[in-house]
Amino acid sequence: MLKDITLGQYFPGSTVVHRLDPRTKLLMVILFIVALFTAEGPIAYLTVFLFLGVAVGLSRIPPRTILKGLKPLVVIICLTGLLNLFYTPGTPVVKFWVLTITQEGIFSALFMIWRILMLITGTFMLTYTTSPIALTDGLELLLNPLKRIKVPVHELAMMMSIALRFIPTLIEETDKIMSAQKARGADFETGSILQRAKALIPILVPLFVSALRRADELAVAMECRCYQGGKGRTRMKRLRFAGRDYITLVLGVLLVAAMIVLRVVGI
Amino acid sequence: MEPIIETKQLCHAYGVGTPFERHALQSVDFYANPGEFIGLIGHTGSGKSTFIQHLDGLLRPSSGQVLFRGEDIWKDKQFTHQIRFKVGLVFQYPEYQLFEETVFADIAFGPKNMGLDEEEVRRRVLRAAGFVGLEESDLDRSPFDLSGGQKRRVAIAGVIAMEPDVLILDEPTAGLDPNAREIVLQNIRDYQRAQNATILMVSHSMEEVAANVDRLYVMNHGTVAMTGTPREIFAHAQELTEMGLDVPVVTTIFHRLQELGFDVDPSVYTVEQAVAALEALRGGA
Repeated sequence: MLKDITLGQYFPGSTVVHRLDPRTKLLMVILFIVALFTAEGPIAYLTVFLFLGVAVGLSRIPPRTILKGLKPLVVIICLTGLLNLFYTPGTPVVKFWVLTITQEGIFSALFMIWRILMLITGTFMLTYTTSPIALTDGLELLLNPLKRIKVPVHELAMMMSIALRFIPTLIEETDKIMSAQKARGADFETGSILQRAKALIPILVPLFVSALRRADELAVAMECRCYQGGKGRTRMKRLRFAGRDYITLVLGVLLVAAMIVLRVVGI
Repeated sequence: MEPIIETKQLCHAYGVGTPFERHALQSVDFYANPGEFIGLIGHTGSGKSTFIQHLDGLLRPSSGQVLFRGEDIWKDKQFTHQIRFKVGLVFQYPEYQLFEETVFADIAFGPKNMGLDEEEVRRRVLRAAGFVGLEESDLDRSPFDLSGGQKRRVAIAGVIAMEPDVLILDEPTAGLDPNAREIVLQNIRDYQRAQNATILMVSHSMEEVAANVDRLYVMNHGTVAMTGTPREIFAHAQELTEMGLDVPVVTTIFHRLQELGFDVDPSVYTVEQAVAALEALRGGA
């Protein structure tokens, strides 16, 4: 059923990783990606891997959950691996038909797969340990300097929070409308592509009508509470950097520095 | 008499195999005879909505059976699809499912899905519109221009137009003003009489249930807690209150009168009965 789709895969908890400021986590993801793409050589690869391993361990996210999250990406990962395997020029190892596997190809395929896995798991660490609301809050504060050049940062963040808030509601609504039309004999499962596309009209029209109605009601409710955008608005929960945030950020910067050094030295 | 629809040991679980597994229905036995008006009450989350979606073949039982005229509705795919026309289900706030450009087209959606010819579709739409008291001139209007009560009636007509033998309604009067409520209930009764249809109505209003139904099912925690005539059910005021339900206001008054030492029958549940009982009391005194 539609309800089983999870969006924003927040995994509630109270570990150190969960308690980090969302801004720290956002910055860490950026630093981690930079480190990942500067990394060269086995020592560098191992360091990045260990760094991420420690973060996963501290967050107490079961490895099985992460593996489950990686599942939908298996095809892309395999495809990248295969392409690198066959299309990297170098010393041939195996040759059959028009395909050649080179020594460099094997290394490059393994490296690409490793890099993609690290990249995805790294971003998972952010979305698994940060609630969507905290995430938008963090994003808003990080982008705050852009207000100087008239970017409506608060408004964008508010739109994002509202959108996130309404995803489950709209999924539930879609489910309900689908059942109601099925009860009137609507058929969504058989017929040609054109027929199936047409069968969606009885779902989409009521869904749009209700989404617009909800948006209207929400706008009125917000106006009733004198909402006027970000100007002069204070927060109930203020984000503050704690000692752990500074330590984490220093570690992040050190990681990037180490990667650069390793690359320059060329181990 | 053979029941038109019945369930045997019906069970339904959500999220099987996950830590969130929840048993929404447990061994529900239910039957309805042709022409009966049945009420279904229970507090929010007692499994009413899950239950009625089984009768229509929208949800598949985890175990147990749903029988329509003695045949399992899941025996083959074609039969399940046919059941949706024989058992009409009107969801809560059905006006949110309207989508066509005209009232006529919206009511015709169900009959068209049945594969009827144009002539028959037209006849059914007009008849259904008649049951819910829509004027011919309303049929060409956009359903989105109607009032809330009218939209509700169009949505109900959309199900009635399939001329189901069993009509199930989930809180058909929720959110309507008293006048519109009475009209909707009258429409349902008219349909029942004209078609000798079986009606199953989910409701939170004990007055509404008391005034309309022949028999009642009370659901609690996914099971049938009680079943019987309104008189039998409302005699158990205490148990109903414990389940988070109510009894009609007149029943409460008569219970209280009895406690005060008046010689009255506390199983009164409609205003008419109350008037008669009080007249008798005055006449006797």
